[in-house]
Amino acid sequence: MGRYILQRLIQAIPVMFFSTFLVFMVIHLIPGDAAAVLAGPNATPEALAAIRKDMGLDQPLLVQYVVWVGHLLQGDLGKSTLSGQPISKLLQARAPATIELTVAAMMISMTIALPLGILSATHVRGKLEWFISTIQSLWLAIPNFWAGILAIILFSLILRWLPPGGRVADANDIGGSIKSLILPATTLGLALAAGLSRFLKFNLLEVFFDDFVRTARAKGVSEQSVVFRHALRNALLPVITILGVQFATLLGGAIITESVFSWPGVGGLMLDGISNRDYAVVQGGLLLLVLLFIIINLLVDLTYALIDPRIRLGDS
Amino acid sequence: MAVRSATEVVASPPLVAVPQKVKKSPHPLNAAMTRTWRNPLGKFGVTILGVLVFAAIFAPFVSPYDPIVQHQGKELLGPSTEFWMGTDELGRDLLSRVIWGARPSLVVAVMVVLLGGLVGICAGLAAGYFGGWINSVIMRLFDALFAFPAILLGFVVIAALGPGTTQVAYAIAIAVVPSLGRVARSLVLKERNRDYVLAARCTGAGSGRVMFVHLLPNAVSPMIVNLALLMGFSVLAEASLAFLGLGTQPPTPSWGAMLNGSRAYLRVDPWMAIGPGVVLAMLLLGLNYLADALREAFDPRRVNAGF
Repeated sequence: MGRYILQRLIQAIPVMFFSTFLVFMVIHLIPGDAAAVLAGPNATPEALAAIRKDMGLDQPLLVQYVVWVGHLLQGDLGKSTLSGQPISKLLQARAPATIELTVAAMMISMTIALPLGILSATHVRGKLEWFISTIQSLWLAIPNFWAGILAIILFSLILRWLPPGGRVADANDIGGSIKSLILPATTLGLALAAGLSRFLKFNLLEVFFDDFVRTARAKGVSEQSVVFRHALRNALLPVITILGVQFATLLGGAIITESVFSWPGVGGLMLDGISNRDYAVVQGGLLLLVLLFIIINLLVDLTYALIDPRIRLGDS
Repeated sequence: MAVRSATEVVASPPLVAVPQKVKKSPHPLNAAMTRTWRNPLGKFGVTILGVLVFAAIFAPFVSPYDPIVQHQGKELLGPSTEFWMGTDELGRDLLSRVIWGARPSLVVAVMVVLLGGLVGICAGLAAGYFGGWINSVIMRLFDALFAFPAILLGFVVIAALGPGTTQVAYAIAIAVVPSLGRVARSLVLKERNRDYVLAARCTGAGSGRVMFVHLLPNAVSPMIVNLALLMGFSVLAEASLAFLGLGTQPPTPSWGAMLNGSRAYLRVDPWMAIGPGVVLAMLLLGLNYLADALREAFDPRRVNAGF
């Protein structure tokens, strides 16, 4: 087990390096570097050179990268070009909203995907499976943001059950907080659930034909026990891996969902950063989301090994 | 003893098969295409895609109004005989805007397929064929790119190049490179030790010739199946980025931007959100179904096995 963890950690290093390097390059891809943005259009070449030196932009790229990573490790993400506020502070203010939305969506999608996947696998080629898979393919074709808009029209404007947007995060108003979370989290979660349940169905169907399932059936285990105790356990393993990969989709979806429901998360911060040409903020947001994604995937792989002895004891 | 009459001899069936009755088996690619068309899902997908491509190409002729002309005094109307899908907040005809909006969607999809396909396939072929450090570098790059959700890659590219349709296409093309590259690479790994590759090498074919002339044709069928999925992905990503205000810039119509614009007027005129959304969802549904039909057509074994 220890060896597997070590191996997996070592594998993560080049990915970390490349992806942080990509994020780092954002600032350097901008036509007429960050110093020019900061100095404004009327700056003299001398002033520009001074700012450039001040920001360390006259150093070789690799040196700049190392310095940047050094700052990162101390929790220093730089300052917003526009407001001068430290970016770590801006992110701290916005990150909880994004994480809340993503985690809630993940939970909703699992709650929906598990029963749907099991039902359509146990009723394969039946009417129920046909019904579920029709709904799934329709749902997969509906873009997240349109689903959100339709949900607002139906549940907020016509039925008036839920607020059309914004986030209530008040310990004294738990009901209001949950109400504000329902629409965005469900919109985001359902998008994921459609793909997940389909994936679970295919896995279950494959496992259903395995020898150990036939053995279980042959020795008279009840159908319920075959599905839940024997088949599901094995079919869930790949689902966990996919969940890690899907996390990227979920983060991307979260940014869009935030925008539909005016949810004050990291996505909005980055969009503002793009329109204000505040690239340091965009970079900070990117870094946060990408690192989050890499860490989640690392955790998923480790959990996987913990659950499945074939992996941690495997010869590879 | 009865002697066979001459007529009887003539009437006996000829020993050689009649040439026109022999069916030449069609090229596997054509056969797969026919199977796709015979599948109702495939027919649906091809029809939707065909209608929208037609609408996009002939937009000036099929749209009832100019998509950016503002009809004053007729703002925020619901559907009527004059404006079939209604009008937006500036009194522009929504149907015309939806028709013209097919252009950025499809242009981006085609650009992504061409650009992403070219780069992804070349990188994947090289990684699989050469192996060693080339493989390691390319695969690690793919891993790193994979760590970026497509939307975030869009943010990076648009932060650098500014918003616009072409920039969006570049961003999405970069996002699809790893998945296409992996398909190409796995194919090479499977095929590179086959006899025909060895034979080609023995006759003096260089790496480039082996990769592009001998290996690549094997990738055609998995690539075609991927193509429909890829187009669906691009259309969705383009609409998402346009929705966030990063894609096609106003007043040029695009579905994503139209949906974003509708949000402020949902109370007054929810119809603004219906037209573009329905067309976008239909295209995505059509492409998904087309991908399913193509997969079945190219790999009938999997379907017959019961999955």
